[in-house]
Amino acid sequence: MTKTLTQLLTEHEFLGDLDPAFLDLLAEHARAVRVGAGGRIFTEGEPADTCWLVVDGRAALELGTPGRGVAVLATVGPGQLLGWSWLFPPFRWHFDARAVTDVLAVVLDGPAVRDRCEADPRFGYELMKRFTELSIHRLQATRLQLLDVYGTEIHDLRSAVD
Amino acid sequence: MTSVAPSTDRPPVSAGPMVPHRYRVVDTRVELAEPRTITLALEPVDEPLAPFRAGQFNMVWSFGVGEVPISVSGDPTVAGPLIHTVRGVGAVTSSLCDARVGDVVGLRGPYGTDWDVSSATGHDVVIIGGGIGLAPLRPVVDEVLARRDDFGRVALLVGARSPAELLFAEELERWRGRFDLDVWVTVDRAGSGWHGDVGVVTMLVPRVLGDPERTIGFVCGPEVMMRFVANGLLERGLEPGNVRVSIERNMKCAIAQCGHCQFGAAFVCREGPVFTYEQVAPLLRTREL
Repeated sequence: MTKTLTQLLTEHEFLGDLDPAFLDLLAEHARAVRVGAGGRIFTEGEPADTCWLVVDGRAALELGTPGRGVAVLATVGPGQLLGWSWLFPPFRWHFDARAVTDVLAVVLDGPAVRDRCEADPRFGYELMKRFTELSIHRLQATRLQLLDVYGTEIHDLRSAVD
Repeated sequence: MTSVAPSTDRPPVSAGPMVPHRYRVVDTRVELAEPRTITLALEPVDEPLAPFRAGQFNMVWSFGVGEVPISVSGDPTVAGPLIHTVRGVGAVTSSLCDARVGDVVGLRGPYGTDWDVSSATGHDVVIIGGGIGLAPLRPVVDEVLARRDDFGRVALLVGARSPAELLFAEELERWRGRFDLDVWVTVDRAGSGWHGDVGVVTMLVPRVLGDPERTIGFVCGPEVMMRFVANGLLERGLEPGNVRVSIERNMKCAIAQCGHCQFGAAFVCREGPVFTYEQVAPLLRTREL
């Protein structure tokens, strides 16, 4: 059975227990998108005007360097959100995003959602709380990643001195 | 007067707790080239050690070099050689990594607390291993799969530094092929050729938790990783007493005599290495320990 956009938004972890009226409002600016494995989702430097709520599949956030290949910075899966550069100036993507597997996502129209946030501060506050929480989690995860815990660990979980 | 010559065929070891039993290396497997990690299969030369339980460790001697505590990484439900997975980072472990089939090492054990897998019967199970921390958890996976119908949903989350540093690649491939085991693997860094997840293992937790109140978590890896993972599980609703972690400390005697492994009031070799997170959470935040 095909789900409506409102159902997909209701079930998405990022939006969790958002007021149903706000979910309806978001649904007005949403569309379901499928990107085939290997397909480009967005490109560094290009205008950022979409917010991707991943429903199924896996997308990778990448950074390519000429002559040095591509580094995958993070992957995003079901229930997670991809892309927040549409929220703040300069409204341009800072990284590339690519579908690792087939990706099904609900894509929100960034500028339209921004306008709604400005027009309805309660709606805007509810949404910003979620983005703030998400950015804190991502920041903590990135810090942990930077610690390189597996690179500095010792040989076995029993022995501190060898 | 009749004299009795000392027996030459008696075992060379006594029952002393510090005396190792001799074990012969019957097989070796290179798990990772870098950091060098190998798995040793060992058969007893002397009387065998008592059977181990998942999570316990042995003190492993490289004769002439030294002794280190290494957890057993083999299947506790299957009879056969004792299995230890060793990462070569120091003199003893590097020597053990150099062991060849036919060499003899010494073993004392098994020591310490175990994961108590049986107590998770009837519950959902989430097993989370980071880096070499997957080695002490492999017996948990084996035991759970041997009694798969006794548990609810079972998930295995694995974190590693890079795809090339994923431990037990063959087993992971086999486990991923099972419909009754949810396996997720993530690495901290990767190129575009990697089709799995990239990011810390904590990010995977939301994907696998069904009913947190009836879920038991088994976590092993670097201490920092365990703290973050355990806190992530608690945030998702697991009880601190239902999250088990394996703590590493500098074990020397392994029989709670020398105090080298003291962790607060506990001797990790005796009260650990497996603790509930409830037992150790405050200690893990104490810098001086």
